[in-house]
Amino acid sequence: MDLNIVWFILIAVLYIGFFILEGFDFGVGILLPFLSRGKEPEMVDRKRRLIINTIGPHWDGNEVWLLTAGGATFAAFPEWYATMFSGFYLALFLVLLALIYRGVSFEFRSKDNNPRWRKLWDWGIILGSLLPALLLGVVFANILRGVPIDAEMNYVGGFFNLLNPYALLVGLTTVAVCTLYGAIFLTLKIEGDLAQTARIFAIRFWIFTAILLLAALVATYFFTDIPGQLGVIPGIIPLAGFAAVLLAGFFIRKRKDGLAFTMTALTIVFTLTAFFIILFPRVMVSSLNPEYSLTVYNASSTQYTLTIMTVVALIFVPVVLLYQGWSYWIFRKRLTIDSHLEY
Amino acid sequence: MDPLILSRIQFGVTTIYHFFFVPLTLGLSYIVAIMETIYVLSGNEVYKRMAKFWGKLFVINFAMGVVTGIVQEFQFGMNWSEYSRFVGDIFGAPLAIEALLAFFLESVFIGVWIFGWDKLSKGLHAAAIWLVAIASTVSAFWILLANSFMQEPLGYAIDGGRAVMTDFLALILNPNLWVQFPHTMSAGFVTAAFFVLGISAYHLLKSSNVDLFRRSFQIAAIIGSLAVVLLGLYGHSQSQHMLESQPMKMASAEALWNTESPASFSLLTIGDMEQRSEIFSIRVPGLLCLLSFSRFDCEIQGIYDLQTQYEAEFGPGNYIPPVAVIYWSFRIMVGIGLLLLALGLYAAFLVMRDTFQNRGLSLKIYVWAIVLPYISNSFGWILTEIGRMPWIVYGLMKVDDGLSFTVPPYQMLLTLLGFTLVYAALIVATIYLMLKFIKVVPQPGADSQPDEDAQTPSVATV
Repeated sequence: MDLNIVWFILIAVLYIGFFILEGFDFGVGILLPFLSRGKEPEMVDRKRRLIINTIGPHWDGNEVWLLTAGGATFAAFPEWYATMFSGFYLALFLVLLALIYRGVSFEFRSKDNNPRWRKLWDWGIILGSLLPALLLGVVFANILRGVPIDAEMNYVGGFFNLLNPYALLVGLTTVAVCTLYGAIFLTLKIEGDLAQTARIFAIRFWIFTAILLLAALVATYFFTDIPGQLGVIPGIIPLAGFAAVLLAGFFIRKRKDGLAFTMTALTIVFTLTAFFIILFPRVMVSSLNPEYSLTVYNASSTQYTLTIMTVVALIFVPVVLLYQGWSYWIFRKRLTIDSHLEY
Repeated sequence: MDPLILSRIQFGVTTIYHFFFVPLTLGLSYIVAIMETIYVLSGNEVYKRMAKFWGKLFVINFAMGVVTGIVQEFQFGMNWSEYSRFVGDIFGAPLAIEALLAFFLESVFIGVWIFGWDKLSKGLHAAAIWLVAIASTVSAFWILLANSFMQEPLGYAIDGGRAVMTDFLALILNPNLWVQFPHTMSAGFVTAAFFVLGISAYHLLKSSNVDLFRRSFQIAAIIGSLAVVLLGLYGHSQSQHMLESQPMKMASAEALWNTESPASFSLLTIGDMEQRSEIFSIRVPGLLCLLSFSRFDCEIQGIYDLQTQYEAEFGPGNYIPPVAVIYWSFRIMVGIGLLLLALGLYAAFLVMRDTFQNRGLSLKIYVWAIVLPYISNSFGWILTEIGRMPWIVYGLMKVDDGLSFTVPPYQMLLTLLGFTLVYAALIVATIYLMLKFIKVVPQPGADSQPDEDAQTPSVATV
């Protein structure tokens, strides 16, 4: 296997890792207003703090998966990085603004008692979670569906080109999967009434997610060149993704939250794996001419750079996994409404 | 509007704004780590309250550094895609390595540190903030390695119209990196030390929690006095190195036009400036070296001569950066640097004499001195980056060739306005919170986390 393929896989792993981790904390952010309803403002605020604190120690480390995926794209496939970020300019600008607002909101929100202050940062958490999930879904769908890329690897479409029905469907599906995933995560991290509220939400919301996911998978057969890319056997992978979401629904009803969580994570793993298999060996599909598509070969760095990056990744990715895993272990204890909360 | 101007303003705004927060993170992380380590070793509760007080301010600042850093990772692709294509083979690697080695480490362990006070042993908890500090330093190293390639490209070849890496070690050993990195780290320590000195002075003036802030002042004075000296020495090395690697930048910083203008006038201008520097800085060894170096001004090439050389080497074009900007940035940076040197050494002197608590005027000066490092840090980067113009990669690529030419100018304007407005709103919120937590006096037994104090009764120290 050559290094270009190794790096395609590594970047796929980084994005999958990102959605597995940040997926639930996006979901938790989106759910903030929906699971904290109540009559007394103080109780609502307490619930919100409880919800935020379930991801308090983790959201930042989770987000680094995206930054690293971006950095790795730059290092291994500079043409991909350049075309994608200049091409999806406004969409990614909105993702950046949303992530800025979100990150600050976690840190600032509970450091002042003023209700208007808290509301301001609550919006940061909600929009900051919703928008990136939606827009990253849209961006990924467009990468696969194909966008106008000319012979010089330049994106020549406008902003509204990106907002086609297929991409919006994938964007909405991403939001739905993250939301379901976040609700199930909350059932695992909270002890008490709020966990039950989250479970009920997950049960109700699950059917909506499953339908959207099915629609997105079916649409993928119509709007991308999946038949040419996916043989009979890899065709199982998107189906496995759908099966996993069905099982997630089954387990959440049975109150087997851990299994439901695992199944939602597997939904993400399977659908994104399918995405990258369909994409390969291209990294961005040109809708103008298949010849213009960016591939792991014409968009890549030199073998020298790829070799150095491979050595660095082989040493440090396992180290990162170890200490990040350890941090989840440290904060494994469920939170209750009476817990001491930092955020 | 001109997309080049828009993109350059955007890069300037986002980068300088990002660097409002970075130096404090670089230095304060270690200061908090030292405070918490003293607590772990001595068991003295005042150091725990100290670590928490400064830690809270650290965290607010850290969050701003992190979120504004996200933009830094991606704006090369957004506004400078031709640059990204040209140098990606070299420039992407340090950015990816920075993310993998530093971002993960600092992000995971800042979470562990904030949330882990009652979940980890004392030693392990202190280790978390040390890891955050080390990670921030590692981050600075790799991003400055990337910047050093733009300042002084080494370890590359041009192949198929793009720069490709031929020697990774040469990137690491880039001499520019080894003056720029220590200079930046010293600036971080200076910024943090003056932050701690100033806020401690504020509390000492109000006689609130004297014990905690007296000790904070002492720690910051020791660190600050060392850091200002290193800052000056490395600043000096960097200037000297720049004279070799980017003579045009240094000629502009000195406003040394050349032989064409009457020689006496040119010498008078420099001499005048030299004298002004001398007045401020007679006791500074770093500056004396600088002055003695400047005496050989027959060896310092003038701007016009350099322009002629560059035209011969790179073809016709304007190779002169905006001289007034460079000249004044250099003056402001060095001027404030010298002031900081004096104040840093004076702080150490006050601490040695152990009289600083009673010195109202001196303390007031330190309160106001908090802003000084921020000004010199910003002008340092303006000098470094604008002084490189018209190059985006020195000698290899000009800035107007690096632009994303497919992005419509109205979109660039939109993002510029978007970032500027959001950043302006955030700085208001940040300063509000900072001021709020600066004023919260950490009394013994009145810790922000009462459940912890119940477990570990605090020792009254005042």
